[in-house]
Amino acid sequence: MSVTVKIPAQLRAATGGEGELEVEGSTVGEALDAVFDQHDGLRERITQDGDLRRFVNVYVSGEDIRFQDGLDTPVSSGDEVTILPAVAGG
Amino acid sequence: MAIESLKCKECGASYPLDARFVCEQCFGPLEVAYDYSGLDPAEARRKIQAGSRGIWRYSDFLPFEGRPGDPLEPGLTPLIRADRLAERLGLGELWIKNDAANPTHSFKDRVVAVAVAKAKELGFETVACASTGNLANAVAAHSSAAGLDSYVFVPADLEEQKLLATGIYGTNLVGIRGTYDDVNRLCTELSQTRPWAFVNVNLRPYYSEGSKTLAFETIEQLGWKLPDRVVAPIASGSMFTKVAKGMRDWIELGLVDGGLPTFCGAQALGCSPVATAFAEGWDVCKPERSPETIAKSLAIGDPADGPYALELARRTGGLIESVTDDEIRDGIRLLAETTGVFTETAGGVTVGVLAKLAAAGEIGSDERVVAFITGEGLKTLDAARETFRMHEIEPTLDAFEQGLGAAEVSA
Repeated sequence: MSVTVKIPAQLRAATGGEGELEVEGSTVGEALDAVFDQHDGLRERITQDGDLRRFVNVYVSGEDIRFQDGLDTPVSSGDEVTILPAVAGG
Repeated sequence: MAIESLKCKECGASYPLDARFVCEQCFGPLEVAYDYSGLDPAEARRKIQAGSRGIWRYSDFLPFEGRPGDPLEPGLTPLIRADRLAERLGLGELWIKNDAANPTHSFKDRVVAVAVAKAKELGFETVACASTGNLANAVAAHSSAAGLDSYVFVPADLEEQKLLATGIYGTNLVGIRGTYDDVNRLCTELSQTRPWAFVNVNLRPYYSEGSKTLAFETIEQLGWKLPDRVVAPIASGSMFTKVAKGMRDWIELGLVDGGLPTFCGAQALGCSPVATAFAEGWDVCKPERSPETIAKSLAIGDPADGPYALELARRTGGLIESVTDDEIRDGIRLLAETTGVFTETAGGVTVGVLAKLAAAGEIGSDERVVAFITGEGLKTLDAARETFRMHEIEPTLDAFEQGLGAAEVSA
């Protein structure tokens, strides 16, 4: 599946300034792995021991993946996977 | 006092004092770091007592280079000794901090006054926020007072009183068809594309500092003493944790003697991710996807400071509890009847949990307890409906005698 991963401003230094990346994957986890493979240093900023760090929110078409299957949440062609900091609000 | 830098709460990385809120190394939240070396506590207390009649008397402990000003200066709200409520609950010493007595009638005036002053200092022309109601109200008012544009984003189904009380200031009021968490996500995304000061997104480290003034005032008003126990509502957990930070800073700096109080958090059952995590022994919260509670101001399904609120309650031997919508309404009524303070549903949550803890024998009768009442009853009037009956009679003595004279007044 070809999906768009949206990179938050705070991580764009690690993607050479790119805010949107087109990658292949059938789950959120696979799409993120594809992003990490392309850009060194990104993986350890938002994951630890294979899991997302606790202040990282990931959405598929606006829906938090924690309400779906986490990193195993399936994605379809054309979906948007959005990474955002969780530390806003209140 | 000098503000030094922004610092990551998780990994300690330092950043300049600009409009940012996330660590680029680990995505943790950023916090303002101060340099208090050389502070003399006695001198600091003197300066406070000679200072402004609102929160700016504490500006040495707030994130500014210069002296902030704000025509809508909030603070020095009443700390009311609630003897009748204490008696009703079987408590010894109970104080109610009534933050409804602020310019826009909620504690949000504190955090917004700080954020708007900082926004001006950083050169922003437009202020914005994601809000469950009170924050939007405060942002609209303080922005207008400061001559700045504003965009406030709220769930579209908010209480009508809050929408009216916000739109009147000439803000751009945007109602989102979704939950607060949808609003929050949208605003986080928008903050990346608009040169706006989102008070609780890109200015959050500064904004959150305003809640420390609740702690400072309480200590000052108690005669430079600490409570033994604090009961406060939890939405994102920011206020809960920053009140503790304010107290801890003053203890460490020697402005007050004693130890950090026991911190008890209050949530509504219909949106209680932090209370649930507390009960389950988790370190992080499981987000609530569809909050369902009359306490809309606390309906944050994914609280940003959830982990820190849990850690604070546990470390101080406190609890985080929740109450039902009926218990919330009872809490509003109880507070009104015993103290003459009419609070909104979030205040009903706080009083409801206070009553629950008291009934369970959790609070010692020798404890000095402070409960933070964060908002105004006039903004959630639906909660007052059906809680009493009005007697409607003709204007005659006979009608009065027949209507009320002999019979008991119904509650």
